[in-house]
Amino acid sequence: MTDTSQSAADERLKAEPFFSRLMKRPELGAIAGVILVIIFFSITADSTMFSLSGVINFMTPASQLGILAIGAALLMIGGEFDLSIGSMVAFAGLFFGVCVVTWQLPLIVAIPMTLIFAVSVGAVSGNLVIRSGLPSFIVTLAFLFILRGLSLVGLKAATGGSTQLRGVREAVEGDWLAPFFSGDAFTGLFASLAKMGLIENFKNGTPKVPGIPVEILWFIAIALTATYVLLRLPFGNWIFASGGDRNAASNSGVPVNKVKVSLFMLTACCAALVAIITVIDAGSTDARRGFQKEFEAIIAAVVGGCLLTGGYGSAIGAFFGAIIFGMVVIGLTYTDFDQDWFQVFLGGMLLIAVLFNNAIRKRVTGER
Amino acid sequence: MSEDTTFHHGNAPETAPIVQMKNIEKHFGNIIALAGVSFDVRPGECHCLLGDNGAGKSTFIKTMSGVHKPTKGEILFEGTPMDFSNPRDAMEAGIATVFQDLAMIPLMSVTRNFFMGREPTKGNGLARRFDIETANEVCVSEMRKMGINLRGPDQAVGTLSGGERQTVAIARAVYFGAKVLILDEPTSALGVRQTSNVLATIDRVRKQGIGVVFISHNVRHALAVGDRFTVLNRGKTLGTARRGEISPEELQDLMAGGQEMAQLEGSLGGTV
Ligand SMILES: Nc1ncnc2c1ncn2[C@@H]1O[C@H](COP(=O)(O)OP(=O)(O)OP(=O)(O)O)[C@@H](O)[C@H]1O
Ligand SMILES: [Mg+2]
Repeated sequence: MTDTSQSAADERLKAEPFFSRLMKRPELGAIAGVILVIIFFSITADSTMFSLSGVINFMTPASQLGILAIGAALLMIGGEFDLSIGSMVAFAGLFFGVCVVTWQLPLIVAIPMTLIFAVSVGAVSGNLVIRSGLPSFIVTLAFLFILRGLSLVGLKAATGGSTQLRGVREAVEGDWLAPFFSGDAFTGLFASLAKMGLIENFKNGTPKVPGIPVEILWFIAIALTATYVLLRLPFGNWIFASGGDRNAASNSGVPVNKVKVSLFMLTACCAALVAIITVIDAGSTDARRGFQKEFEAIIAAVVGGCLLTGGYGSAIGAFFGAIIFGMVVIGLTYTDFDQDWFQVFLGGMLLIAVLFNNAIRKRVTGER
Repeated sequence: MSEDTTFHHGNAPETAPIVQMKNIEKHFGNIIALAGVSFDVRPGECHCLLGDNGAGKSTFIKTMSGVHKPTKGEILFEGTPMDFSNPRDAMEAGIATVFQDLAMIPLMSVTRNFFMGREPTKGNGLARRFDIETANEVCVSEMRKMGINLRGPDQAVGTLSGGERQTVAIARAVYFGAKVLILDEPTSALGVRQTSNVLATIDRVRKQGIGVVFISHNVRHALAVGDRFTVLNRGKTLGTARRGEISPEELQDLMAGGQEMAQLEGSLGGTV
């Protein structure tokens, strides 16, 4: 039974062309999209867009969205939605702000507390979805409003009437953990590269780009980890199975409820991470933080090949979906187009992606 | 009844049952699907569960495999009361099931379906990961044993034919069924060769001391491998018969609820 050449010699098996194998990968659409967007902007935009500083410029918002989008993608593959991601960014941001400003906690305490806090809220909404059997769409829509409202109320309570909590930057200044969550990495390397003239620099020899913003590194690390989990761990198989058909998965011994709740916790955790990074970056937190990010994250996940019905998709796809997003938001400022085309583009991209995914799914399941 | 003699029957020895179900009742709201069914399966026997559509066969085996909790009744596993809260518990105890709906996920590859919930791993600690190479090899070779040559273990289950899909489910259960193998109409979509393959497989695993529960609507298939036959009708047992104690005609009549079968059979020229 070790003879595997036999199945290769199946006379009913046509050699599958490389292209058609590629067509079955969920992230194909997003990669094609990245290429199209790059072509579009290399024609229409100022050439500085694809210089190092231009790339860093669009990768920064892409990373902030992408961290959310990867969480959203895993949850979507697991067959659920979370519409409260954006509100969770505001809520976790508020909690984090209160931790460092009001309670004067060091980051080594404040960050784990914020993550645990967000994960617990995620566990509550996840358990509500699973136990009630209601669509996650409705339950998390409720959480969208609840968390946004709580952020407003909480901010007012914490600041005595204002909707903005300031003083975060001063509070975290000098904290040894801060460089992992804010500012740029590899500044020394970039400075010496600039001295050698290998990257763009100002006249005085300092680099135009001081380093790689840490969120980009987080983004890449999370995308790689999520891909590894999905494709190489039993848990990844459980995510696909839970989203594909929860009854079949559960009857085959997959702990579907645990998988789904942990995915809700994961998206909440991603939202909290984005909250921490952006709050430190801005030096303050406000109630509009993360506004409508849930839609953008879901769009990036769908552009990345996730099916709305679950059971199919990829983290790498969401990674590229978020990059497309960042390129368009920032890229339009390099062109002569009106900024407001952005929304049109967003809707159009979503529509194309959904049509495309539908076609791919039919290919994978053999048009049934 | 030529298949009747195909397999050698070991006249199941009077050993202690692996699973014993006592007076199982299952209600779905106001529907009484099972009204007190007792049943057991011993190591090395094939116990056939027969009955009309809607008799409660699938519901019954689902209580055995941890999908449903019985409303009333007791399940003993190797003599001790067992309370499976989910299919995973039952699986860990060594009970594997081919469900009537197969429990397959069309968008996932054959291998990923085969090992769903029980993925083989390699490496330790943080490096512990899904061993896809082993999984693919096992999957292809188990499928070949069942008489199906997979085009590739990474083919999506949705692109398989109905019978191929059923074979994956059977191969999976046979591979994982350490103590009890439950088959809910496993041959309903199978070709002649694959059907005899499945019946031969039942015979093979039975000889290894595994208890098999076999649900079928086909009397010939049941008689070919069954050691005991229990007939369900409207949520109750009509009784259990040993092989040799009952004629195929009697069994067929019982399965059809006892009525009008002879009449029907007459009008169809004895082809049923
Ligand atoms: N989840 C459920 N909710 C309500 N009623 C159910 C449920 N599952 C089964 N039933 C009912 O219980 C009865 C027995 O169903 P079951 O599926 O066990 O029959 P079966 O013997 O397997 O039939 P078949 O030969 O057609 O597969 C049927 O009347 C069915 O309507
Ligand atoms: Mg049934």
